[in-house]
Amino acid sequence: MDIDLNTIWFLLVGTLLAGYAVLDGFDLGVGILHLFVRRDEERRIFINAIGPVWDGNEVWLVTGGGALFAAFPAVYAGVFSGFYPAMILLLVALIFRAVAIEFRSKQPMAWWRRTWDVSFSVASFLGSFLMGVAFGNVIRGIPLDAHGEYLGGLPALLNPYALLTGLTTVALFAMHGSIYLVLKTEGAIQDKVRGWVNDTIIAFVICYATTTMATLLYVPHMSEYFKTHPWTFALPVATMLAIANVPREIFHRREWRAFLSSCAAVFGLMGLVGAGMYPNLVRGTDPSTSLSVYNAASSEGTLRTMLLIAAIGIPLVLGYTVSIYWIFRGKVKLDSMSY
Amino acid sequence: MDVTLLSRIQFATTIAFHYLYPPLSIGLGVVLVVMEGLYLKTGLPVYRQMTRFWVRVFGLTFALGVATGIVMEFEFGTNWAAYSRFVGDVFGSALAAEGIFAFFLESGFLALLLFGWDKVGPRLHFFATLMVCLGAHFSAIWIVVANSWMQTPAGFRIANHGLGPRAEVTDFWAMVFNPSTVERLTHTVVGAWQAGAFLVVSVSAYYLLKGKFEDFARRSLNVGLAFALVASLGSLASGHASAEGVGRNQPAKLAAMEAHFPASAPADLYVFGWVDETKQRVYGVAVPGMLSWMLHGDSKTPVPGLLAFTPENRPPVQIVFQAYHIMVAVGMGLIGLSIAGAFFAVRKHARPPKWLLRLLVLAVLGPQIANQAGWMTAEVGRQPWIVYGLMRTGEGVSRSVSAADVVFSLVLFTLIYALLFALFLFLLDSKIKHGPLAEDLAASPKRA
Repeated sequence: MDIDLNTIWFLLVGTLLAGYAVLDGFDLGVGILHLFVRRDEERRIFINAIGPVWDGNEVWLVTGGGALFAAFPAVYAGVFSGFYPAMILLLVALIFRAVAIEFRSKQPMAWWRRTWDVSFSVASFLGSFLMGVAFGNVIRGIPLDAHGEYLGGLPALLNPYALLTGLTTVALFAMHGSIYLVLKTEGAIQDKVRGWVNDTIIAFVICYATTTMATLLYVPHMSEYFKTHPWTFALPVATMLAIANVPREIFHRREWRAFLSSCAAVFGLMGLVGAGMYPNLVRGTDPSTSLSVYNAASSEGTLRTMLLIAAIGIPLVLGYTVSIYWIFRGKVKLDSMSY
Repeated sequence: MDVTLLSRIQFATTIAFHYLYPPLSIGLGVVLVVMEGLYLKTGLPVYRQMTRFWVRVFGLTFALGVATGIVMEFEFGTNWAAYSRFVGDVFGSALAAEGIFAFFLESGFLALLLFGWDKVGPRLHFFATLMVCLGAHFSAIWIVVANSWMQTPAGFRIANHGLGPRAEVTDFWAMVFNPSTVERLTHTVVGAWQAGAFLVVSVSAYYLLKGKFEDFARRSLNVGLAFALVASLGSLASGHASAEGVGRNQPAKLAAMEAHFPASAPADLYVFGWVDETKQRVYGVAVPGMLSWMLHGDSKTPVPGLLAFTPENRPPVQIVFQAYHIMVAVGMGLIGLSIAGAFFAVRKHARPPKWLLRLLVLAVLGPQIANQAGWMTAEVGRQPWIVYGLMRTGEGVSRSVSAADVVFSLVLFTLIYALLFALFLFLLDSKIKHGPLAEDLAASPKRA
C-alpha cells in the first residue's frame, strides 16, 4: 500500500472517528444502561461516572466532522444531506443527551429527574443506533449520482443490513459502557454492573456474529481487502481475542485491563470497517459512483496544511485527554459540584 | 416555500439560538479568570465563593452551547451540501482547526474547572480556568475566520474538480487574515465580553436591590462593571473599524445599513428611521453627510448607494437597516450604563441609586439583543451571496433535501429550542434565587 496524502487523511479521519467510538462509546453505553438502575443515588453515580469526560469525548465527533469537511467535503456534503431525516434525529438525540446530563440533578422533583433519566437513556440508545445505521449504509452501498448526491429516500436507509449494524452498535456500546461502569463504581452497585458485563458481551457477540455473516453473504466487497492482504486477517482475530479477554480480567478484578481490552476491541472493529472500505469512504450502489479518498478529497494544498495542523494539534489533544483521565481516575464520589 | 428559504430560516433559527450561549461562555470565562485570580492573590474567601457561583452558571451556559453547537457543525452538510462541496477546502479547514485547537482545550480543562476543585491544587485549578477561557476565545477566532472568508474571500482560486468547481486555498494565511477577519473578530469578541460582563452586573445589581448577599454582590458588581466598561468602549472602537471595513469591502451592505439609495452621493447617518423600499426613501432622523464624514473625513464625499448595484445584487434593506440601528442604539445605551455604574463603583461610600440598579438588572438583555442584531446585519447584509461575490445563497443549498424534509426539521428544532430556552431560564433563575453557597467560602479540604 502506498501511503499518499489522501490515505493519510483516510487514516486520520478514521482515527478521529475510532477515537470517538472508543471514548463516547462507553458514555453512550452508560446512557443505554442508565434505566436499569432505579435508585436516585445509583443514577447519579452513573451520570457522574461520565461527568468530567463525556463532553470532551463528544468533541471527537465534532472534530471528526470538521476533519471530514476539510479533507473529504464531498463525503461530508453527500452523506449528511443524503441522510437528512436520520441526521436530524441524530442531532436531536445528541441535544437531548447533553442537556439531560446537565439538567437532571439540578432540581429535586422526582418527575423532573425521571423525565431527564428517560431522555438521557433514550437519546443514548437512539444516537448509537442511528450512527450504526449510517455506518451500515455507507458500508453496504447507497445510490449516488455522478455529482455525489444521494438518490434514495429515508426508507432505503432502513434496510435489514443497516438495522443490524445499528443494533450491533448499541450492543457494542452497552458492553463497553458496562465495563467502564465496573471501573468507576464500588460496593453493591459495582456487583450489580459486574453482572451485566457477561450479558452485554453475549448480546454483542451474537449481534457481531450475525453482522459478520450478513457482511460475508450480502456485502462481499468488504472482505476483498482481507483476501488480497491475508495478513490483515490478524485484525479480526485480535479483536475477538480482546473481547474474550474482558471476562477474564473482570474475573481477576483487573478493571483497568478489562476496560483497555474493551477499548482495543472497539478500535479494532473500527479498523476492520476502515480496512474493508479503503480506498472508498462511501460505497455507491454502482461502484463507479463511490466516493473515494481521491475523488472526494480537498485540494492537495489543503490536505498538506491540515496535516501540519493535525501534527501540532493531535499531540496536544492526546496530552489533555490522558491528563484528564488520569486526574479523574478512581471511583466516583458525589459532592456539591457533582451532577 | 422553497428549500432555500426554509433552509435559511432554519439556519437563522438554530444559529440565533446557539449564539445566546457562546458569548456568555466567552465573557464569563474572562470573569472567572479575574475572580479566581483575585482569590489566589488576596486569599479572601468571598472570591472563592464568587468563582464557584459563576462556575455553576458557566457550566449551564456551556452545556447549552455544546448541545446547540453540535447542530451547527453538521448543518452545513445537511442543508448546504452544494456550498460545503464548494468551500470544503477553506471552511472545513477552519472548522477542523476549531475542533482541534479550541474544543479539545475547552472541554478538557472544563472538567477540571467544574469537578477538579478537590482533585488539583488552587494554582492548577486557576490554570484550568485560564485554559477554558482561552479555548472559548480560540473557538471564536476560527469561526469568525470562516465567516469572514464568506464576507471577504481571499487566498484562494476557483478550480474545476471531478464533482464540480470549488474554491481551493492557495495562501492559507491570506485566507485566515482575509480583509475583514481582524476587525470582525475584535468586534465579535468584545460583544461576547459585554454579554458575560452584563450578566454578572445584572445578577449582582439584583442582589443589591433585594439587600441579599451584600459583600458577594458588591464585589461581583465591581468586577462586572469594570469589565463591562472596557468591553463597551472596545465595542464602540471595533464597531467603527468594522463599519469602515464594510464600506471598503462590501459597499452594498453598508448602503443597506444606512438605506443609502443614490448611486453616488454624500451619505447621511440615521439615528433611527423607517425605510420605504419601493419609494427608495427613509423616514427618520439623520445627521446630514455624517456617513461620508465618518468614512472619508469629509461630509461632501460621495458614497456608493444601493442603486449602484443591479437589483439582483442588493441585500434586503429594511431588515439590515433596522438590525444595524438597533445594535448601535443598544450599544450606546450600554456604554452610558457602564459609565454611570463605574462612576458609583469608584467612589468608596456611594452606592448606586435604585433606579440605576434596576436599569443594570435589565442591562443583561442589551448585549444579547445587540449581538443578535449585529449578526443579523452581517449575514442578511451579505445577501444575496453565501460567499460574497462568488456563490449565491440559492446555489449553496442541498439538492437531495426536499422542502418537506426541512419543514420537519425546522418545526422540530423550533419546538426543542423553545423548550430548552424556557428550561435554561428556569434553571438560571433558580440558581440566582438560590444564591451563592455559604459552604463555598471554605477552602478545599484537600490540596494536591
